[in-house]
Parts: sequence; structure tokens; C-alpha cells
Amino acid sequence: MIYLELLFKFFRIGLFTIGGGYAMLPLMQHEIEINNWITSQEFVDIIAIAEMTPGPIAINAATFIGYRVGGVLGSVVATTAVVLPSLLIILLLSRILARYQEHAFVRSLFAGIRPVVAGLIISAAWFIIAAVFAPALSENGAALPVDYASIGIAALAFLLVVKYRFDPVKIIIMAGIAGMVIF
Amino acid sequence: MLPMIEKEVVERRGWASAEEIMDIFALSQSLPGAIAINSSIFLGYRLAGVTGAVVAAAGVVMPSLLIILGIAVFFTSLKENRAVSAAFTGIRAAVAGLIAAAALRITCASCRSWIAFALALLSLLINLFTDIHAVWVILCGGLIGIVIHYYLPGRVKLRKSGDEKP
Repeated sequence: MIYLELLFKFFRIGLFTIGGGYAMLPLMQHEIEINNWITSQEFVDIIAIAEMTPGPIAINAATFIGYRVGGVLGSVVATTAVVLPSLLIILLLSRILARYQEHAFVRSLFAGIRPVVAGLIISAAWFIIAAVFAPALSENGAALPVDYASIGIAALAFLLVVKYRFDPVKIIIMAGIAGMVIF
Repeated sequence: MLPMIEKEVVERRGWASAEEIMDIFALSQSLPGAIAINSSIFLGYRLAGVTGAVVAAAGVVMPSLLIILGIAVFFTSLKENRAVSAAFTGIRAAVAGLIAAAALRITCASCRSWIAFALALLSLLINLFTDIHAVWVILCGGLIGIVIHYYLPGRVKLRKSGDEKP
């Protein structure tokens, strides 16, 4: 049943999203590749919409994918499932969490998890970049498979955020306007 | 989102002190899930028990759910529009840049030693070239962290948690 599947998969995504919302991307990418819920293009669109709208990217993506896979009920199920691990963990472990947060064992655990998650996010970034630029590759054939405008926009967005700490929302709006002009 | 929570909770409502909210943010960071959601659940629980936690979770998720549902319902028909589809070609390119920037930021924040760097590289390669689920990679990372930093004799010293930014 599709709703049970959504519940299970998004619960797992919520449970292993460690280190902020972006940590969800590699997990979700994995499910998308396996289940063919949505195309990789749509995945990028969802991230764009999630970046533009308020609220954590993990929640927004869960809602969108849930809707695509199982309609309104699907979106409610996926969103609930992705938040449920946080809720359960805090309810059950709230008292001991604060005490052990600085414990050497817990810090060692996270010292291993954090870099691994970083590696996963890089690979998710690679997946997304490939999804953005691969269509240009297939349409133009082998001759000149380079979409300079898209690469320019991507490079500019990267630079503006890294160097000048631009607000991602502004960058996306500007890129949308640039897209309307160029394409 | 975090500055907004802080302002509402500390300054306007007086539900927690500035110090408490910082503790909650720090704790939320090391739990699964989005930091803003975790913090809200923590606060809800502290203020009104289990019901408070559930209500806070529902409340903080509801706007996203409604906004995204609204967009999702109209998105397919919107994308038929030539202008919208052109805009999204540009936006997709920007997202590629943004995600690359996020990956860089997160990597810089979490790879402060050679061991960490090696772990990141390893997990990158595994995710790119094998079908091993990310969940297993994360679990192994945690295990390796515990072995290296906790059990190995002459183990590598960890700095205080202040440097572990999200």
C-alpha cells in the first residue's frame, strides 16, 4: 500500500536526517532513484520551491513528494512521517538527552556521522548538478553539449552565496527572471 | 527560521531565557530532523508536556504543508506555461549552484581533521559508485567515530561542541 510505504520511507528519512535539513537530500535522492516516485528534474524543482518558501527544506520536499505519489493524503502522511522521529525521540529521551549531549561517547558518534553526512551531501549535490545539466547533453548530441547560460547562472549563484552571502530566495528569483529572458 | 523562533519565544512571550533557547538549539542540532522543528517540539514539550510537543510540531509544520500543497496542486499546469518553464530552466541552474555552495559550507564545517576528511571522501565514493543505502553509510560513520575517538588507545581528542556547526 502506497501510504504505508510513504510512512515507512519518510519515517526512515526523518530518522536519519542528522545535521540539518540538507542532510535529507542524499536520503531522499536515494529513495527517488529506487522508487521512481518523481523524475530527477522534478526533484530539482522541488528543492527550488522548498528554498523559496518558508519552512525547512526537508519538510517541504516531503510534502511535495507525498502529494505527487499519493495525493493530498499522501502529502499529509509523508509530512507527518518525516517529523515523527523527532517528536518520538524528544518525547521519550528529553530528560537524558541534555545530560549526555556533552558525553565523550555521543560526541565521538557525531564526530563520525558529521563528515559522512557531508560526503553524502556532496554526492547529492553531484546528482542534482547532473540532473540540471544532463538534458542539455542529450538534446545537443555529442557535438557541443554545453549549455553556457545554465552553467553561467549556476556559477553566479554559487559565487553570490559563498562569497557575498546572498539570500538564496533572491538568487532564485533573479535566476527565474534571467531564465525568462534567456530561454 | 531560528532567529524568528528566538525572537518570538524569548522576547515576545518570555517562554524561555536566551540561554535556554541556545541550549535547545544546540540540542536540536544533534537530533535527527530539521533544527527548527526539533526546537519547536522541545519548547512545546517544556511548556505543556506531550500535548504541547504534538501541538508545536503540528503548528510549525502546518504553514509549509499548506503552502507546498497549494503549489503542488497548481504546479503541473503552471509548468505548461512557456514563461514559467523558461523561468524554471534558470532556477534549476541556480539551484545547482546553491546546492554546491551548501555542500561546500557543510563540508568545511564538518571536516576539520584528516580523519573527518577521509570519512567524507569515503562516504562520497560509496554513495556515487555503489547502491549501498545512505542509512548504512551514516550508521557506519557513527560506528567508526565511536571506535576512533572513544575506544582506540591514544584516541584523537575532540574539541568542545562549539565548533560543530550544522
